[in-house]
Amino acid sequence: MDMTRRAALMTSAAIASSVLFPMRSFGQETPRKGGVFTVHYGAEQRQLNPSLQASTGVYIIGGKIQEQLVDLDAKGEPVGVLAESWEAAPDGKTITFKLRPGVTWHDGKPFTSADVQFTAMEMWKKILNYGSTLQLFLTAVDTPDPLTAVFRYERPMPLNLLLRALPDLGYVSPRHLYEGKGDIRQNPVNLAPVGTGPFKFVQYERGQHVIAERNPNYWRANAPYLDRIVWRVVTDRAAAAAQMEAGQIHYSPFSGLTISDSARLGKDPRFIVSTKGNEGNARTNTIEFNFRRKELADIRVRRAIAHALDIPFFIENFLGDFAKRGTGPVPSVSTDFYPADNGPQYPFDKKLAAKLLDEAGFKPGTGGTRFSLRLLPAPWGEDISLFATFIQQSLADVGIKVEIVRTDGGGYLKQVYDDHAFDLATGWHQYRNDPAVSTTVWYRSGQPKGAPWTNQWDWTDPTIDKLIDDAATEVDAAKRKALYGDFVRRANTELPIWTPIEQIFLTAISAKARNHSNTPRWGSSSWHDLWLAE
Amino acid sequence: MRVLSLAGRRLAASIPTLILILIGVFLLLQLAPGDTVDAMMAQMGGGDATTARQLREFYGLDLSVWAQLGNYLWRLVRLDLGFSAIYGKPVATVIAERLPATILLMTASLSFAFFFGLILGVVAARGVNKWPDTLISTFGLMFYAMPTFWFGLMAIVVFSIYLQWLPAGGFEDITVSYTGLRRTLDIAQHLVLPTLTLGLFYMAIYLRIMRGSMLEVLNLDFVRTARSKGMDETRVVVRHVLRNALLPMVTLIGLQAGTMLGGSVVVESVFSLPGLGRLAYESVIQRDLNTLLGIVFVSALLVIAVNFIVDLLYARLDPRITTGS
Repeated sequence: MDMTRRAALMTSAAIASSVLFPMRSFGQETPRKGGVFTVHYGAEQRQLNPSLQASTGVYIIGGKIQEQLVDLDAKGEPVGVLAESWEAAPDGKTITFKLRPGVTWHDGKPFTSADVQFTAMEMWKKILNYGSTLQLFLTAVDTPDPLTAVFRYERPMPLNLLLRALPDLGYVSPRHLYEGKGDIRQNPVNLAPVGTGPFKFVQYERGQHVIAERNPNYWRANAPYLDRIVWRVVTDRAAAAAQMEAGQIHYSPFSGLTISDSARLGKDPRFIVSTKGNEGNARTNTIEFNFRRKELADIRVRRAIAHALDIPFFIENFLGDFAKRGTGPVPSVSTDFYPADNGPQYPFDKKLAAKLLDEAGFKPGTGGTRFSLRLLPAPWGEDISLFATFIQQSLADVGIKVEIVRTDGGGYLKQVYDDHAFDLATGWHQYRNDPAVSTTVWYRSGQPKGAPWTNQWDWTDPTIDKLIDDAATEVDAAKRKALYGDFVRRANTELPIWTPIEQIFLTAISAKARNHSNTPRWGSSSWHDLWLAE
Repeated sequence: MRVLSLAGRRLAASIPTLILILIGVFLLLQLAPGDTVDAMMAQMGGGDATTARQLREFYGLDLSVWAQLGNYLWRLVRLDLGFSAIYGKPVATVIAERLPATILLMTASLSFAFFFGLILGVVAARGVNKWPDTLISTFGLMFYAMPTFWFGLMAIVVFSIYLQWLPAGGFEDITVSYTGLRRTLDIAQHLVLPTLTLGLFYMAIYLRIMRGSMLEVLNLDFVRTARSKGMDETRVVVRHVLRNALLPMVTLIGLQAGTMLGGSVVVESVFSLPGLGRLAYESVIQRDLNTLLGIVFVSALLVIAVNFIVDLLYARLDPRITTGS
């Protein structure tokens, strides 16, 4: 089985190069109007409004219907969508957005600064995950005229942080459908979203499909090209691959297929399998250490565990070209923040690992075992499960016995972040284009018990806390980058979490699609320029 | 009248069972770590502690387990299944939306399995140890041994990808909207593969039971009597043997109606059908207690209903069952 997987992955370089293929013919083709684009929808969410929930499962649908103030362009730079321009005051406490004129909601009402004000204060600040942290010091949004929104902050807000966070955390909702209509979370509009985007919501049949159709009054000229988008709910990954082959699905986003099916479809000329268009959705595989265990509170043990794992071997044999060695909490795709020096890297060295463990005073007992650990793998993906087994086998070689405890999503979060019933945990850290959005909370002390994906390791470091706090309010972009460099080096030295593998989501898409994967968060973007060739 | 009193007794006996099942499922789910708010955070990829507290209050999860159970049972007495956390609608509505697909799939595959299991069982029994028997038994064993999900995926590969005769999944074609007869045909087309996948496994069981039961009855005294009267073999089989041999088959259907609801999780997932099995699976993952208990309740009602029909059939097939008690 491993041999076939390996053989399959050997060809993934060929897959990556086949991405360039449609690009060549691209310039000569005239975009075709019409067509139905079908999308694999693997995990249904409780609602579809991206102003209330920041996750790919919502963006994949809501991101075509609602729009945000800014998005990222092909080069990963912020580009205006509902905002035309922006400006920050020198003290960083006021940021002014000029809004796009002539934009209307799908129900015909005009889009104005009042919508931005309401969404920012009632949704981003109060409900949206990561939004509530980002906008913690937002005190008010002023609306001097219908096309100007002035964000006022209690502490300086770095403009580059806000602009890199807003593509995910800046979707606007229609004020007139939410204000005075009771609990925002229970509003029925959340399941039948109304936006300004290129596609209008039509129907949601739970467990079956979601349908959206072309918005004839869209503000971009001659857009969109597609008549309809249909999202098909397919929970079984193998069945999704079969439906792609049968022509029932055009696109499976965010690594929705199994690793082996992705490799197989990549060799088929009818499909393109690539990481392109997902650069804004980088993630790292993590190992979290629980400092409540005296063994793991010893830095020599944490370093020994890192040295005991042959990461390049694991990547080559299980993940192929779609993953690479991770260097720290900031992934290499983050051009704005990736530091030149990442600090200590812990290459594979079993002897050194054993030596460190001996030094720490954990000598092998009977049967060669030094001590035992409970490892909780997160249930989000196939790679995590494989990695957990790899950790178990590698650590057995240096005398650490690992028991793997598997749970589902709710159980994992509860046991790791609330009950702290783990010794080692392994999952993903999602990087969201700026370390302040969802990265530094993994390291900053003082996180409330039970908050998922935050520092629950019982590890406190005043140095890193100060770096994080300083960087969060530093308005000078160069100084901010330098502070995050220090942060990364400190994180890698102290090693409360290790981030040994860096991955980008995989896209599997029909070769008939044009203008796809052309921005770093394409799967989440509005698809106003996507079209289907005959 | 006898039938009605039998029915009444059966129904009365099933109510305590139903309540015990509901309490059991409720307590079992309490043992699973995490609640629906944890599951929601897992799905969202983040969330802060204040939001989590507000949501727990909203869903009534801040109460003690016994208070939650009490609330649930009290609502149930008033025939209120509660509100679904993941769907944001009353549980009764959520289930009503999913029920048609499940019942359609269940009835289709059960009828298929019963009909072909019966015929093949009779054919095998009549030619016992000759080639039709060997052939049928071998195929039966194969279908019985094959895992359903694998068989389903292989059926998709052959009939949808290579031959392109049938759709690979879904309940109906959503890229075009059909109405009336065309829509019925479309749905039927979508259900062919799932029905075969689910049905062939059960057919294998039925044909073996039927074969065994036929062989047993064929050796009984009254069959010899019938033959000695000079009746031809077909009449013996149809009039005398079949009716008696059917009893174990009917028993099995009653027992398996419940299993089929559960077994269809796999088939529903592989063929992307919006049925109760998948809904139940998702409710567990999402810790949506109300929906899960609602499904258990409805499934239990379905099983009770099927068993009731089976009891009536017994009475029809073998009058001793009602009069003998």
